[in-house]
Parts: sequence; structure tokens; C-alpha cells
Amino acid sequence: MSINSLEGIRVLDFGTAWAGPMLGHILADMGAEVIKVESRSHIDGARLGRPIVGDDIAGGDRGKWVDMQPQFHGLNRNKYSITVDLKQPKGMALIKELVKKSDVVLDNSSPGVMKRLGLDYESLKEIKPDIITISLSGLGAYGPFSDAIVYAPIITALCGLVSQIGYYGEPVLGAQTSSYGDCNASIHGVFAVLAALYYRKRTGEGQHIDLSEVEAGTSVLAEAILDYAMNHRVAEPQGNNHPAMAPHNNYRCTGDDKWVSIAIKTEEEWKSFCQAIGNPDWTKEERFADAFSRLHNREELDRLITDWTLNYTPYEAMEILQKAGVAGVPVMNVEDQYFDPHFKERQTFVEVNHPLVGLEVLYGFPFKLSKTPAAIHRVCPSLGEHNHYVFGELLGLSQDEIERLTKDGVLE
Amino acid sequence: MADKALAGVKVLEWANCISGPYCTKVMADLGAEVIKIEEPGFGDEARRYGPFPNDIPHPEKSGLFLALNTNKLGVTLNVKTPTGRQILEKLLTQADIFVENYPPKVIRDLGLDYDHLKEINSKIVMTSITPFGQTGPYRDFKAYEINCSAAGGVSVGIGQPDREPLVMPASQGAYLAGISAAVGTLFALFAREAIGEGQLVDVSEVEVWTNVVTGLAVITYIYRGVTGIRQGRRTGYAYFPSGTYPCKDGYMCLTAPQQAQWERFLELMGKPEWAKNPRYTSRRRMNEEIADECDNLIMPWLMERTKEEIFSLCRKNRIPFAPLRAINELFEDPQFRARDFFVEVDHKETGTLKYPGAPFKLSKTPWAIERAAPLLGEHNEDIFVKRLGYSKEELATLRRAGVI
Repeated sequence: MSINSLEGIRVLDFGTAWAGPMLGHILADMGAEVIKVESRSHIDGARLGRPIVGDDIAGGDRGKWVDMQPQFHGLNRNKYSITVDLKQPKGMALIKELVKKSDVVLDNSSPGVMKRLGLDYESLKEIKPDIITISLSGLGAYGPFSDAIVYAPIITALCGLVSQIGYYGEPVLGAQTSSYGDCNASIHGVFAVLAALYYRKRTGEGQHIDLSEVEAGTSVLAEAILDYAMNHRVAEPQGNNHPAMAPHNNYRCTGDDKWVSIAIKTEEEWKSFCQAIGNPDWTKEERFADAFSRLHNREELDRLITDWTLNYTPYEAMEILQKAGVAGVPVMNVEDQYFDPHFKERQTFVEVNHPLVGLEVLYGFPFKLSKTPAAIHRVCPSLGEHNHYVFGELLGLSQDEIERLTKDGVLE
Repeated sequence: MADKALAGVKVLEWANCISGPYCTKVMADLGAEVIKIEEPGFGDEARRYGPFPNDIPHPEKSGLFLALNTNKLGVTLNVKTPTGRQILEKLLTQADIFVENYPPKVIRDLGLDYDHLKEINSKIVMTSITPFGQTGPYRDFKAYEINCSAAGGVSVGIGQPDREPLVMPASQGAYLAGISAAVGTLFALFAREAIGEGQLVDVSEVEVWTNVVTGLAVITYIYRGVTGIRQGRRTGYAYFPSGTYPCKDGYMCLTAPQQAQWERFLELMGKPEWAKNPRYTSRRRMNEEIADECDNLIMPWLMERTKEEIFSLCRKNRIPFAPLRAINELFEDPQFRARDFFVEVDHKETGTLKYPGAPFKLSKTPWAIERAAPLLGEHNEDIFVKRLGYSKEELATLRRAGVI
């Protein structure tokens, strides 16, 4: 039997979309029992949209199969699902019974929602004095903008990161394909919860965590903030330029939209690089003789290096360069990663069997613990799949009671 | 003074730049004791990166070092000397956690890998942060930020479709690896209760990018063959409008996942009838096939208004558009001010400067900066003399011999 780090810890997950659910699944990946609280009348948006199998037959925003949305499968693995109508007094009473048996309650609702439901920290503390609650919101629980509706790209725009994304000397671009804002906030949230659990172990006391996703985003922009604090310099897009390294760029390779990233820091690496690419005459020119000159002439340098990389695939270039101790690594898309031998050996992606979809591949874990590793014990749950386990086994309701409550719409 | 969440946790750090130092900083900021080991003379590489006041390099005034090493005790130690190694081992016996971010080969050659460390202290949690991890065919490959961003699947999604992909700026991969390592480390600390031993926490920056940010795409790849592509200032596979748009005095980030949000925006612009125009009913099609034409629908309205005007109107009307904040605008932002996000830290060499504040607010054990980043070797006497029992004379000898 493998020991899980958070064995015995129970989490009530009121999260929807990305940030809350990701926090929940990371705790579940490490052994916590995470119960996702859902409702047929208020379905997690991540359950909607184009399903994995088949086309978007409903058209517009809504897909048909709530158990087959790919984003949901990744973000809610290892969890239990219950359906409860929180607006019904009996439903809310059952949730409060569950809180008595739980250690952590998480949500990423708009500020004020949990309080209106009577599920805020002050209320829950009455039920379970040592409860730990965490609320993730776009801008925080209070403040003049806390009512703003926020999604991941908005977070990175407001936190100051997007203003730095673009080609050197050109207008800002943004990184819209990334959910980075939610992801960064989520992992910071896990850390806060674990710290709170550690504190509770020592003192028996719980507490509340108010996490603003924008604040989590700005807290990791130390260089730009200190540069402004010291020199009133406003960080602008730098493209792939580096203040101290040249060569430093993504270079075009043979094939359609194929690139290899190359970065050279020391004179030793530069010499190895020149040797690896066959010591062409241009590498002996004055204007590339040291880091300062190379930085000064980086555009021409990049053009000349591209003449070399265009002859190779990214993986061929990586092999030649790494053999010489030079940092050359392909720009990978998810297909490259899926077939990559390093990713395969590390089991970066995990294959599981889902009862409705069959074989599916999920992303794995951001750390490898040697003795108590993370694992996917169960796939993402169907809507309300664990009503019987949670209300029956955990709360002691009989089969008849559960059926009656379901018919009455309380467990829906 | 408020209680500390991680009081009593003892961390030893031997790391450079961002990933290792950020991992221990988040623990130090919640009360863990962090002893940072730096090489005598040079110290953490971050001391040379800056930014520096007035751009004048000074090893005690690097903004990156100062921000990433708050609350830590700093000692100098050359672990490659036999005496230095002895001192390190003494420190390891007193630590719960050891964090390092050196290449695996360096650690192996020094005999500092987990298999050796566990003989010194069976309870120690060793956290190793590298680009590719401790195992696998690329484990000894060289990689900097731009390389990790490339293999992590991030760069492919940033930039114009016909031009080079862009590295995610501001060293975000290193910070993400740092916080992921801190999470893994705390999990290992919990596990230690159950198994009575420490273990290795192996963190790969490339794997962190993949398994925290980009990896969700694998499932849509397997079933629909979608690999994703950068779209410049637009978002692909999204509803119009999605992306970065100019306005009168800067840029806005536009997104409207819900139809109702888009319709409220049309109302705001005074053009509700566009929602009924058959050409503008499929917002996915608008984004993918006629995006430029649709931009012309909304740009005139945006260009007549400032960021704050638009943001204010959108908040009032529950439309999720927001301005791109430039770094200087963060300090003036009313939301950051209301939440006291930025903190002032006083340091012997730089005086008082504003630092980024807490990534989360804990109600009972709040984040706090109790002390500024250490000067190089600032706590040599506290640690080597007062704690390990060397005499002051021995300290001087150790210094002259290049051990500290």
C-alpha cells in the first residue's frame, strides 16, 4: 500500500472552471479525499462545451455531454462528485454536516457568494472550529475592483505580465493561448492551504485564506517591480532578447513552423557552439568575438545562426548542440511532447481508462516525490456519481432517504 | 506579532537565481527558518543580475536578489572543500529540508544526491530543481529559461504565427518551478509523519510548465489532433472578441466567454442590433474567419476611450474586459492600494524600496517580511560560532582558508 501525503484529509471543493478545481485536484493527487460539490441546476462551466467524443451538436456555448468535456477531465481527476441544491434548506443542512467531517473548504466564486450562501469562514467556523477555508478570486475579497468579472487572460493583463509580452520594440502582444493566470494562482493556493494545514497540526487552529489571482501574478514579477522602484524604468516587451546572452533566441529549423531554442552564456559555451556548427568563418569575426560584441550585433548573429539551423530539424539540432554542452532545445507543441522520449520515460503524461471515453491521456504532476508519489487513483467523476458514497456512507443516510431527497430535487 | 504558519521548520538552501531561492522564500515569508548558503566571494548569481539603483552593479544591491531572499539568514560556505563539506553535513543534520537547483551531474559528482544525504539525516527532505529533472535521457542537458519555456510547450503559443515563438518573459518558468517545489516539499513534510523518513522531491521546470499550465492540451490533441498555434494578439479557438486591443491611452484585454457578456457590451456601444445580424451570430466564426472585419466594429469605440473609462464602464456592466497594466501603473492601482499589496522593505545598502507583497492573505498567520535579504555572509557568526560552536578565531581561519 502506498502512503499518500494527505491521507485522512477531506476537502470540499466548490470550485468551477480552472483555478479552484486545479487546487482541488493537486490535493487529491497527493491523497486527500476531495469532494466536488456540484448541482444539475448550476453546472461547472468546464463540463460544457465541445465534448471529447463527437461534435458540438448543441451549437453555440453548450455541449451535450456533461461528463465528456476534456478540460473537465484533466482538472477534476481523483475527485468524488456530489450533486446538491444549495438553495434548498435540506441541501444546505447536508453540506453543513459534511463540513463537520471536512478539513478544507475551497471556492473560486465571486466575492460575496459564499457569504450569501452561509458558507463563508465565519459561518463554517461555528460548525467546525478548526476549518481551513480558501477563496480564490480575480482581484481579492475586498477592494474597489473586487466585483470585476475575471478570467485567466484578464489576470495576466491586470498583474503586469502581459505588458511585457511581445517582440522587441513592437507593440504589446499578449499570450492569449495560455491560462497562466489561473494556473499560477492555483499552485500558490495549494501552498497556502498546506501551510495552513501545517499550522493547524501544530496548534489545532484553522484560518481563512483570501487569494487574489492578480496579486499572485504580481508577486512573481520581482525584477520588473524592483527596476521600477529603483530606476523608474517601465518594463517593455523584449522579444527573445536577453540582457546578458547572445545567441539567445528561437531559431527556424527545417519543416513547417519548427524552431529550436538556443542560449549561450559563457565564452566556453560559445567556443563549443562554434565547433559544433563546424567553425564557419563568420564565427571568427571581431564583431562576434565576445558577449558584448555579440549582444551588439545580435540581429546579424541570429541571421547567420538561422543559416545553420535551417538545415536541421529541432531534434537534430538539439542532439548536435547538447553533445557539445550547448543549450539547444526544440520549441515543442503538445504533439512533440507526447512523443518525446524524455517525457515518456518521466511519465509526464499519464494514461488512464475512463468508463465513458475509454483510454485518455492526462497531464501528470509538477513534482516527483520518491517515496510517496502522486498518482491518479480515479478518473474524473460523472455528475453526482458519489451521492451514495458521500450521503450514505459518510453521512449515514439510508438508501430510501437518498432516493427521496433526489426525487425532491435536494440531491440534484 | 502574529503567529507564523511554518514556525519551527528548518530549511537549508544552496541555490542560485530564482527557482531555488523562490521555493525557500515562500517558506521563509511564512516563518520557516531558512539558512541560505552562498559561495564565498561571489555569492548567489542573482547578486550580479540586478536591477541595480542607477544601473550601477553592486553585489548587495541587486533587486532580484533582494526580492527573492527576504527573511533568510545568509552564510558563505565552499562546499567543495573537505572542511566546507563537514560544515554542510553538520547543518544538514539540523535541517528538515534541503533545497538546491544545481545540475544533477554537479550534485552527483559532489556526492550530495539524496542517496548520500539520507545517510547523514534520514529525515531530511531534499528538493532538487532542474530544467529536465533527475531522471530521463535529457537529465544532463543544458537549458536556460528560453529552453525550458520552449520544451514546456509555452513558447509555441506566444507570438505571431509566421514569426519566431516567444519565450514567456519575466522568468515565469523559474518562479513556477519554485512554488511547485515548495508545494512538493510541504507534501513530503506531511508524508514524513506517516513514514518516519524524508525523501527526494524532484522538480523539473519543463515538467512544471507542462503539468501546471500547458499539459491540459494533451487530451484535445489525442482526440481531435489539435496542437495549438500562436495567434499574435488574438486567442485561437475562442469567441470574438478575444485578445489584446488598443484603446485611447494603452491596451485592453478583451474576453467574453458568455454570450450575455458580449450582448451587454453591444448595448454599451449602442449597437444591440448587431447580435441579431446573421453575420455576427457565431462568435467563433467571427474570431476565426472574419476577425479583422469584426475588429472594425469595436475599435472606434475603444479608441475614443481611456483604459480607466472602459474598465469602469465594463465593471458596471459586468463585462470582463480589463486594461493591460504597465508596471508603473501597478503602484497607483486603487485595488492594490486598498489591499496594501506592495510593502516597503528597508535594507542596509539600498535604503527603503517597494517590494511585491503577499501572493495570498492568511487570516491568522499572515505573510510578512521581518528582515531584508542578507548581506553576503551576514550570519556567519550567528550560525558557525553561536550554533555550530566554532570559535571566533576559527571563523577567521576558515575565512582565510577559503572555506567560508
